Amino acid sequence: MENWSWDVFFDAFPIVLQGLGITIGLTLTCYIFSLVFGFVWIFLRRIPFKPLNWIVTWIMEFIRSTPPLVQLFFIYYAWPMVPGIGMTLSPFTSAVLGLGIHFSTYIGEVYRSGIDGVDKGQWEAARALNFSTGKKWTKIILPQAIPPTIPMLGNYLIIMFKEVPLASTIGVVGILHMANSYGSQYWTYLEPLTIVAILFLVLSYPSAILINKLERKMNRRFDKKEALKSSEGAMT
Amino acid sequence: MKGINITITVLIASAFFGYLFAFIAGLCRLSNNILLRKFTGFYVEIFRGTSLIVQLFWLYYAIPILFGIDLGSDWWAGVIAIALNYGAYMSEIVRGSILSVAKGQSEAATALNMSRFQRMRLVIFPQAVRMMLPEFGNYLIQMLKATSLVSLIGLHDILYYGDILRSSNLSQAPVVYLLVLVFYFILALPLIFLTRKMESISKKGVAS
Repeated sequence: MENWSWDVFFDAFPIVLQGLGITIGLTLTCYIFSLVFGFVWIFLRRIPFKPLNWIVTWIMEFIRSTPPLVQLFFIYYAWPMVPGIGMTLSPFTSAVLGLGIHFSTYIGEVYRSGIDGVDKGQWEAARALNFSTGKKWTKIILPQAIPPTIPMLGNYLIIMFKEVPLASTIGVVGILHMANSYGSQYWTYLEPLTIVAILFLVLSYPSAILINKLERKMNRRFDKKEALKSSEGAMT
Repeated sequence: MKGINITITVLIASAFFGYLFAFIAGLCRLSNNILLRKFTGFYVEIFRGTSLIVQLFWLYYAIPILFGIDLGSDWWAGVIAIALNYGAYMSEIVRGSILSVAKGQSEAATALNMSRFQRMRLVIFPQAVRMMLPEFGNYLIQMLKATSLVSLIGLHDILYYGDILRSSNLSQAPVVYLLVLVFYFILALPLIFLTRKMESISKKGVAS
């Protein structure tokens, strides 16, 4: 451990910390983008037209199984070169688009599992009451489909937080970028990178515990509901 | 596309070591030895709590400075980082599936006078592995995606060559990156089908 220097550690700490705001901001922006964009996938997949369905499924599969890093590069470096529709995007916007779209495919799957979990009788009841499509979704299906998925969505927030440093490669000045530029300036990578790792642990570990608790709470609530239902059935 | 061999070798090596770490850590967390349990728990939380890209840089830059150990090459740094990271994630799957094997199974094995080791090897493990398969397939695809990160520490993988091609001819960028994406997708396709196959295997005839 003779190469570890606390002086460098405390010197680098405030500099690396400056990037934290951008990292968190980027995480939240990406997250909100993918939450909203996730609905687009669901919507596309529910259009009752087989070929389109098939295409959308494979596009999702394509986005999910290729590296987000390459997608980021594509949006940042290649998009401006696309003839006709290309435009230059700032690193921040590219990161939001790239990571947001990548994760929206995962989030779309989460939504889908939530929607599949809604009891079939609920759909039938909505139809029997002659609800319009919009009303059916906003009043009946989504309020039941989304809450059970909240722990899973929370997990994706943490996963996203850990993926966001990728954006440093296209020049978003997050913590990793700060650490790397400090490292290249003074030729000491050890301390700034360790600070980054510590910051990640400090932020993501407690939130993981929190989400674990939430999940357990949710499970208990739904179990109770189930238990209630089965006991009612037994009584009648 | 010369980088494809690096991408594939990194994938295979990190998958191998990743599964190895996963089984070791997963089993260690179930051991009766408190010290061993706490230590592996610590490892899992560290690697799950921080970002892979940070670990990669840390291994690449910090380990040689800190301990004076040369990891041999960039290739090893990349493989070890990916394997340690995904090993930590997958160890949780190992642990979860072993725990979810029905309790009666281990009781039955005890009743048959099997030793602890026999019980694990002959009864619990074969059933648990079946449950792990689909998740392992998913993580294999994740690892494939993670291999693109090694280009950042200077390994000459697909993305690295793509980047070089782009910088030599800027207007070709969309084509180049699209090609890179397609390459990754082609690599992932067999994995996707494998995962689906594993899912159907694991659904068939598991004692629950």
